[in-house]
Formats: sequence, C-alpha cells, structure tokens
Amino acid sequence: MKWLALFIVCLFVAFLFYVEVDMPAYGDPQAPANLHVSPYYIQRSLQDTETPNIVTAILADYRAYDTLGETIVIFTAGLACILLLWRSKRDDSKVQRPHC
Amino acid sequence: MFQVLLDHYPYYLSTALIVIGVWGMLAKHNLMKKVIGMNIFQTAIILLFISSSVKFGATVPTFDPKLGLENTALYVNPLPHVLMLTAIVVMVATNGVAFAILLLIYRRYRTLDEEEILRRMRE
Amino acid sequence: MIAKYRDLIVSLACRLMVPFMFLFGFYVTMFGHYGPGGGFQGGTIMASGVILLRLSLGRQATIKKFPLELGHIVGVIGLLIYSATGLISILAGGEYLNYAYLPIPGMSGAERQHLGILFVEIGVALGVFGVLLSIFDSLTKEG
Repeated sequence: MKWLALFIVCLFVAFLFYVEVDMPAYGDPQAPANLHVSPYYIQRSLQDTETPNIVTAILADYRAYDTLGETIVIFTAGLACILLLWRSKRDDSKVQRPHC
Repeated sequence: MFQVLLDHYPYYLSTALIVIGVWGMLAKHNLMKKVIGMNIFQTAIILLFISSSVKFGATVPTFDPKLGLENTALYVNPLPHVLMLTAIVVMVATNGVAFAILLLIYRRYRTLDEEEILRRMRE
Repeated sequence: MIAKYRDLIVSLACRLMVPFMFLFGFYVTMFGHYGPGGGFQGGTIMASGVILLRLSLGRQATIKKFPLELGHIVGVIGLLIYSATGLISILAGGEYLNYAYLPIPGMSGAERQHLGILFVEIGVALGVFGVLLSIFDSLTKEG
C-alpha cells in the first residue's frame, strides 16, 4: 500500500513541477492576475465606500454574496457537530451491538 | 534553468508542502495523522495563492495618503487575500467536523488505527 | 467535565488575561475599516477568550455566565443580522446586499456603504464566535 502511495505522490509532484514552469514570475507587476479587475478595486474603493482598508471593502461590499455563503458554510459545520455529538443518554450495551 | 528556479521558487516550495500533505493523507495508518496531513495540504494551498499576489516594491493594500491611488503597482494585489480568508474559514469547518467524526469512531471501536478498525468491523 | 486547573499561577494569569482578550477582539472587529481585521478575525479572538476561561476555571464555574446553549443562539443571531441587512435593501427598493439603499436619513451613498459594511462585519463576528464556541462545547461534552 505504501509503494502505491509513493508512486502516486511521485507522479503528482512531477506533473506539478512540469506545469509550474509556465506560471508568471514572482513579484512581477505585469502578471495577468494583477491586471484586469484588481486595479479597478484599488482605485475605486475609497470613493465608493469611504473605507481605507481595500481588503475589507472587497470582502464586505464588492463580494458580499460570497461572504454570506461562507458564513453559511461555517454555520453548517457547527450544526453538523451539534447533530453528531449531542444525543440523549443511552446505555453502552446498545452502542456495542453490531449493526447489520 | 537557474533563472527559472529563481523566478518561481515560492511555487516550488509550496508544491513541496502540498506533496508532504498528500503523502500524509495517503500513506499513514493513524486517522489523526491523516487529519494533520489534510491541514498541511490546506495551509500549503493558502501559501501558494498569497505568494502569487506579491509585487516587488509594493506595500500593504490599505490606502496610504503619501502614496496616492493613481499608480496601482504600489499596492499588493488584494484579491487573493480575500479569497484566502474564505479558505481559512473552510479549514476550520472541516477540522471541526473531522474531529467530531474521529471522536465517534473512538467511542465505538476504542482505537484510531485504520487496519485495527477494519479488522474489528469484520468481526 | 473539564476540571479546574490545579496550579494557582496559571489560573490567576488566565483570569487576568480574559477581559483584555474580549476587548481586543471587539477592537479588531470595529477597526476593520482602517487596518487589518474585520469580522472573522475578531470573532475568533473573542471565542478564544471564552475557551481559555472554560479551560482554566473548569466547566462548573463558567456555566452560570456562559451557558451551554450560548454558542448556538449567538451564532444564529449573527447570521440573521447579515441576512437582514440584505433584506432591508430589497425592501427599500434596490438589489440584495446593495447598501446604498439602506433607509438611513442624512447620509450620502458612500457613507451608507461604510455603515453597511460595519453591520455586516458585526454579524459575521457574532456568527463566528457562536459557532466556534459551540464546536468546542460539542467536542468536550461527555455522554
């Protein structure tokens, strides 16, 4: 089992190293990730929202819908923990019987 | 060849951490070590995205009155930072549910070793 | 049941630190406009204050002030604050979560966005605080 895991991991790392040669250079201001919508956010966030912190303005104003979805995600995780771990008192003999 | 390495060294280091995390998830037998491998994997992904948002000579993405807003190459790209806040919250959520499931498995089978659990399930 | 920590120095140091952790969490939430911070960070710091109290004083002593169901209730209130801000914008004639339509008199459009971001961050902080506290209480509950 460990040899199969080692083979998969070696394949994975070879593929990732081969693909990452094409990524833009580290620290380049003209990389494609920094060119299309990000200058709009940097230039317009102060006059649209009067908030100096650009990250908070994007998180809570321009992308507020995504933040709502994320709050629902963490609420669902708390709900799943409650449903799994809060149960009424049962005696241990019922738990140990194997289910068919 | 050396120029390629110098331009992309953060991506290679993050990929090394990703591979360590995937190895921990696949090859370890203890369930707790698999959860730790998942944590390493998620942290390495966050590091990869944040290191792709760096610009040389730029400052934090908060409005600075001395720098002004015309030249956007003086501020770090804020968009991956926002997406990684979501990723951190997803990390916390999956850790919480994983620990709850591990607690239930321990109460039922009294062990956290994968092969021991499979052996006890067959009896 | 988490028992009281037996060492005196550790217990006293934790009891001294907890009010400052609450205050710092509240500060990080409110000052998310001007520096690093915001809802998620402040909610986590506030939750870690209550968790430190539970770990150092034991469950018996803290259950009077922070009952077991506090996490669920506060989490739900936080999520409802967030959704209600969006719904008020629809009722006032705009799109969902467009804070320029909030019915607050005497403010321009950009200042309403500022206030809308503040409401939303408070909602997120309360939600994260409640959920982290309820996850901790579920994991350390016996029975």
